[in-house]
Amino acid sequence: MLDIRNLNARVEGADILRNLSLSIKPGEVHAIMGPNGAGKSTLGNVLSGRPGYEVTSGEVSFRGKDLLAMEVEERAREGLFLAFQYPVEIPGVSNMEFLKAAVDARRKHLGLEEMSSFDFMKLARETSKRVNLDAGFLKRGVNEGFSGGEKKRNEIMQMMLLEPSLCILDETDSGLDIDALQVVAAGVNAMRDSERSFIVVTHYQRLLDFIVPDHVHVLAAGRIVKSGGKELALELEAKGYGWLEDEVA
Amino acid sequence: MNHTVDKVAGDFQRQALQLAGEQISAPWLDRLRFEGSEQWLAAAWPGRRTELWKYTPLQSLQRGNFSRWGAGQRCDLAGDALLSLDAIRLVFVNGEFDAEASACEAVEVVRFSQASAEQRAIIEAHLGKIVDTKRHLFASLSNAWVHDGVLVHVPRNVTLEKPVYLVHVSTPEAEAATVNQRALIVLEESASAELIEHFISDSQEQNGFVNTLTEISLGANAKLEHYRMNLEEEHLLHIGGVHAVLQRDARYHGFTLAEGSTLKRLDYQICHRGPGAHADLNGVYLPRNNQLLDYHTNVEHEAPHCTTSEVFRGIIADSARAVFNGRIHIHPHAQKTLAELSNRNLLTSDKAEVDTKPELEIYADDVRCAHGATVAQLDQTAMFYLRSRGLSETQARTMLSFGFVNELLQELPREEVREHLHRRLHLLFAREHFSA
Ligand SMILES: Nc1ncnc2c1ncn2[C@@H]1O[C@H](COP(=O)(O)OP(=O)(O)O)[C@@H](O)[C@H]1O
Ligand SMILES: [Mg+2]
Repeated sequence: MLDIRNLNARVEGADILRNLSLSIKPGEVHAIMGPNGAGKSTLGNVLSGRPGYEVTSGEVSFRGKDLLAMEVEERAREGLFLAFQYPVEIPGVSNMEFLKAAVDARRKHLGLEEMSSFDFMKLARETSKRVNLDAGFLKRGVNEGFSGGEKKRNEIMQMMLLEPSLCILDETDSGLDIDALQVVAAGVNAMRDSERSFIVVTHYQRLLDFIVPDHVHVLAAGRIVKSGGKELALELEAKGYGWLEDEVA
Repeated sequence: MNHTVDKVAGDFQRQALQLAGEQISAPWLDRLRFEGSEQWLAAAWPGRRTELWKYTPLQSLQRGNFSRWGAGQRCDLAGDALLSLDAIRLVFVNGEFDAEASACEAVEVVRFSQASAEQRAIIEAHLGKIVDTKRHLFASLSNAWVHDGVLVHVPRNVTLEKPVYLVHVSTPEAEAATVNQRALIVLEESASAELIEHFISDSQEQNGFVNTLTEISLGANAKLEHYRMNLEEEHLLHIGGVHAVLQRDARYHGFTLAEGSTLKRLDYQICHRGPGAHADLNGVYLPRNNQLLDYHTNVEHEAPHCTTSEVFRGIIADSARAVFNGRIHIHPHAQKTLAELSNRNLLTSDKAEVDTKPELEIYADDVRCAHGATVAQLDQTAMFYLRSRGLSETQARTMLSFGFVNELLQELPREEVREHLHRRLHLLFAREHFSA
């Protein structure tokens, strides 16, 4: 699914990712944990092609294709999805129009016809129900005036509608109460199958009680300093990150 | 100014006046017409150094060889050209009343030519008295030309149930014709009404000159919702003014949207005459191709405790030019004034141009005022967000530009206007002029 080799990336002149390598097979869920400023969001941004995030060396292949050669929108249409740590408010642009344009772009890429407005409206309503968002949110501006939790659920709704091959969830759990957390986890778990892969970036073990990962990695100072199974998350919860940073240093 | 230009301007002034003189109207309007003629002829023609017309040359007007449009004309507009709205509707085609297309069975709304003696008295008391012809050159032409118009008079404590919907259509049959349009809105104390003015041309070929003037008198605690849509196409010349005087605690809620054309100059003049009056005015302008679109707004705070909020947003495409001049003048007695003005512009091409100038003149010390004018850029984070969901760069730009103006549309209380403009903008934005 995703193969990252010796990735180095720079933001605003500062080297952030250093020789990062990571391989994800179809159907796997990888958790990435690590202290603030470790480079977790940077990894998600680099993978989705955000302007300003410069890859200085390394390779990334995504479903057998050279990911780094693709434009932002091509990556998305090809099936890469980033749930933003801080979803963006776009006043004046209706959530419904935005979602339909996104789904149509993906469908077109897959050789499918655009959905009729009627069918899409129906699908969007059903999906919003699944993430416990009132259908009224579909008419509002994209994330406009949404609470933190509503924004995160809107991200999960987009993920469900777009049916990506690789979903990167960047701290989707932070700022959520336990009910919202379970809604998010249920959404992810319902989408898990033998083809679809996930990178779950989180600060807390808590989310991983609900979304049980196949692998856990610790990112510190721009590289993966330790990898293990789901028990590694518990160890981190108990001991913090300090001992790992000491180990690396 | 050189002599040739001067002469052409003089010719235009005389020609326009001659046309005005040929217009037949009721004798009781003669006095206003006479005064208008005098002022129009005596007025200095604006040139580059005339502050109010600095960025808006009038050559396109002077070059036109205008005639008066006489015969009544029906037009067949596309089904969705007008709002589908339960309203008191008056349709004018090239300035002539179209009875068949109209539906105006309300005692509060009458054409000047049909006015009763009482209504005539109201017209005589207000018409031409609200507008300041010294500041507004084309208002004197409008006075000189006045022959018919619409009076909306709502008595004390009455709420007009249906909106008043005035439609002005220009058709290609009125080749190079001049049309004069007049409306007078008088709301007595605690009266309330809604007015929708809709200007359209049914062809890009229309190249007439439309001079419109709407005067509004709001009594104490009266309330007016006012929409004005200038949707005429490419070659039309439109000079339009809205002039309102607000008495104590009156409220004026205005919204204006204009697409560009060869020349459009739109003035709003709002005067807070009594304490506690409130005005908000939001506007959207969308010139493209080689169009010129000029908004001048001026709010006079003459009384204390009044509030004004003004938000204008424009997207200027291709080689078009926009002018926005927003003046707020706070007189010495107007303490406790709250006034805000914001103007933001998006340019979608290197050749697009905007001249924006907010002017605050404050002569009272206890006031809160804010103004700002910017040429904005599309938000790069929002661009990335949309593209990360698979939208192309062009799609994302179009969507953000649309959102930039739609923010003002989505607040409109009148759903039919909102939906109509929403559809219209979708078509306009699909042509890609407006993706920044
Ligand atoms: N857009 C940016 N501009 C400047 N510095 C950035 C930017 N994004 C990230 N950084 C820097 O990169 C480092 C890693 O940040 P980030 O990837 O957000 O960490 P994490 O998500 O692990 O908390 C931090 O030092 C941060 O200051
Ligand atoms: Mg982060």
